[in-house]
Amino acid sequence: MCAKPLKKEPRQVETTGHQWDGIEEWNNPLPRWWVWVFYATIVWGIGYTIAYPAWPLIERATPGLLGQNTRADVAAEIAAVDAANAATKEKLIATDLNAIGADPELAGYAERAGAAVFRTNCAQCHGSGAAGFEGKGYPNLLDDDWLWGGTMEDIHLTVTHGIRTNDDSRYSMMPAFGLDELLDETQIAQVTEHVLAISGQEHDAAASAAGATIYADNCAACHLEDGKGDRAQGAPNLTDAIWLYGGSREKIIETVTKARFGVMPNWNTRLSEDEIRAVAFYVHGRGGGE
Amino acid sequence: MWDYLKLAGLGLVAVCAAIAANYAHDLAYQVNALTVMLAAGIAFLWVLRGAGDPKPNLQHEYFDGVVRAGAIATAFWGAVGFLVGVVIALQLAFPQLNFEFLQGYGNFGRLRPLHTSAVIFAFGGNALIMSSFYIVQRTSAARLFGGNLGWFVFWGWQLVIVLAATGYVLGATQSKEYAEPVWYVDILITVVWVAFLIAFMGTLLKRKEPHIYVANWFLLSMILTVAMLHLVNNAAIPVSIFGSAQVQLYSGVQDAMVQWWYGHNAVGFFLTAGFLGMMYYFVPKQVERPVFSYKLSIIHFWALIFLYIWAGPHHLHYTALPDWASTLGMVFSVILWMPSWGGMINGLMTLSGAWDKLRTDPIIRMMVVSIGFYGMSTFEGPMMSIKAVNSLSHYTDWTIGHVHSGALGWNGMITFGVLYYLVPRLWNREGLYSLKLVSWHFWLATIGIVLYASAMWVTGIMEGLMWREVDANGFLVNAFADTVAAKFPMYVVRALGGLLFLTGALIMCWNLWMTVRAQPVKASQHSAVPAE
Repeated sequence: MCAKPLKKEPRQVETTGHQWDGIEEWNNPLPRWWVWVFYATIVWGIGYTIAYPAWPLIERATPGLLGQNTRADVAAEIAAVDAANAATKEKLIATDLNAIGADPELAGYAERAGAAVFRTNCAQCHGSGAAGFEGKGYPNLLDDDWLWGGTMEDIHLTVTHGIRTNDDSRYSMMPAFGLDELLDETQIAQVTEHVLAISGQEHDAAASAAGATIYADNCAACHLEDGKGDRAQGAPNLTDAIWLYGGSREKIIETVTKARFGVMPNWNTRLSEDEIRAVAFYVHGRGGGE
Repeated sequence: MWDYLKLAGLGLVAVCAAIAANYAHDLAYQVNALTVMLAAGIAFLWVLRGAGDPKPNLQHEYFDGVVRAGAIATAFWGAVGFLVGVVIALQLAFPQLNFEFLQGYGNFGRLRPLHTSAVIFAFGGNALIMSSFYIVQRTSAARLFGGNLGWFVFWGWQLVIVLAATGYVLGATQSKEYAEPVWYVDILITVVWVAFLIAFMGTLLKRKEPHIYVANWFLLSMILTVAMLHLVNNAAIPVSIFGSAQVQLYSGVQDAMVQWWYGHNAVGFFLTAGFLGMMYYFVPKQVERPVFSYKLSIIHFWALIFLYIWAGPHHLHYTALPDWASTLGMVFSVILWMPSWGGMINGLMTLSGAWDKLRTDPIIRMMVVSIGFYGMSTFEGPMMSIKAVNSLSHYTDWTIGHVHSGALGWNGMITFGVLYYLVPRLWNREGLYSLKLVSWHFWLATIGIVLYASAMWVTGIMEGLMWREVDANGFLVNAFADTVAAKFPMYVVRALGGLLFLTGALIMCWNLWMTVRAQPVKASQHSAVPAE
């Protein structure tokens, strides 16, 4: 950007002689480099369309001299990965669930495969770190507080058939004590005080005492006398600080009144057995596995 | 007589809109119908008050009122569009800003099309209509054709913007990118656009100059091609005449291909050809030098419009689209590189012999940076259309960065330059209120774009690499949420860049406002058509 033009007059050419609102046009030739790069892209373009599928004809398009096909390329890549992993997958299916960890090579494979399956299919609800989503009903998979059990077999079964989705799923249903008028509002308030008491939270002692009877009559069948829950029925432990839908007074009243019905898909229709085993191993290894 | 026909028409529209509002199936349709009723009612009263008044012969004067209105609308919608952009950039960085009370109206999903349409069609559209009307009159030495047709185009376009925007917020959309407006808005767009074509062509036909100036070739190609794209892509059957829902005529990959044929040429003809038309008039005017090369302009014009129309399939690489279509989209995109750069060369070389003006004139600086960003985006575009590059860049923020270096850098900066050029002339003022503020605007906008674009390059390439990262067994290493978490710092930088750009635009609005309010009036008249 020089202050003075280097040449006295920038162009030796004439204008075209036309003028519009004071605007004129030089009659400069096309810049050489511009023309040659333009030609080069055209030549390259023609060559490329000869080499690759390009021109549509009546029946089909020209396939190109290189015979490239993106769908075939992807299929080949997938087949190559599958072939490389085939032996390990077979071994994973054949090995007893609890013995996977003992074989370092198999365990490494299951960990990586399970992580990939988890990130793609499970992270949406359980979070990419598997910590769940408290208050929304998505359980934390890092702790040892299991609803349906935390052994390899338990986790494998849960992933395979899901929860409350079909006849093979793990199934249980908490009654909606308020909506179905099994308990009135006072009783719900009292049993809530009792739940607050056994979970070690601030509560009304008198109401809690009344609530204990209501609890024994209505809740103990599933959550057990001591409130520690029953894994056979997927009934959560009410005495700890871990809550699926929140442990505040309001949230517990809401849960008792309307009940909850958390579901998890059965993955046996979408994942193969080796993938289910891998993800079960991955979840088992997050810290809470039994 | 003509006034009474107009009154009957407007009355009919108002009554029909009232009936439609009464039978509306959904809220968006109802609000839109009431808006149309109101607009038709106001227009009715306006025509009624002036009915029977003698019409003065204004053929010796340019029709600049509509250009003035266009300049105001451009600045206003620009500020609105940039503001919504900053809001959604912040919503992406801080999802908590999708407040509970905004759900269903002001969450990211609803505001995003509001932002894109506000910037492209409200800001860009008004800039194009305004400049077309100004340029075609000046370079034809003739008053705009069609009496008040220019006003119909202007107000019709504003109505389109309001209907589309309220529709988006209330959930009326046909879910096609950059073609979200629903069927009845599409019909209104068609009517307004045909009126635009008639006003433009009519003026060209009655021109007093022997030849048609290059800017007008570009503008006319924009008007004609956008009409064709709009009609084909929006072919749909309404579910009910009293509802905003419709069923598209195409389905599957054909629908996707038509959509991106439209989408890419909306970029090509609306944001490239149309704005090149602006450049070809305002750059030589501001620099006061002849255009660099007539030959180059004619060759690159025909090459550009011939090649652009084929490039759409590069938006659909590695999808259900057949390989052959993908190849052709890529090849035509790469060949398009030089024709696009022809415009850049002609713009920049017009400054030869006048480069020293860059030091003293911030408006020229703005135009030059705009042409620079044009050149950069039209190189980046062909590069990203190459399949191997696209397999990394597709679906990432790189695309967003590319679009914004074009939209903020090229379309934004050239429009700011044009507004700075036009406002003192249209309002007959002695120059701008403050050149120093133009400099401030220039630097804020430039730094804003650089922050925006570089943040998106970094985050785009990063997430592209994270998505394709696999371990030794061929398993994906990252969850989608991991890439989202990794992008956070770049999202904050992007929002900051947008904020700088918005601040610059607000400074411009203030500067233009003060130019009209506080600058002394010029003695000579700018709006007189030159005598034969």
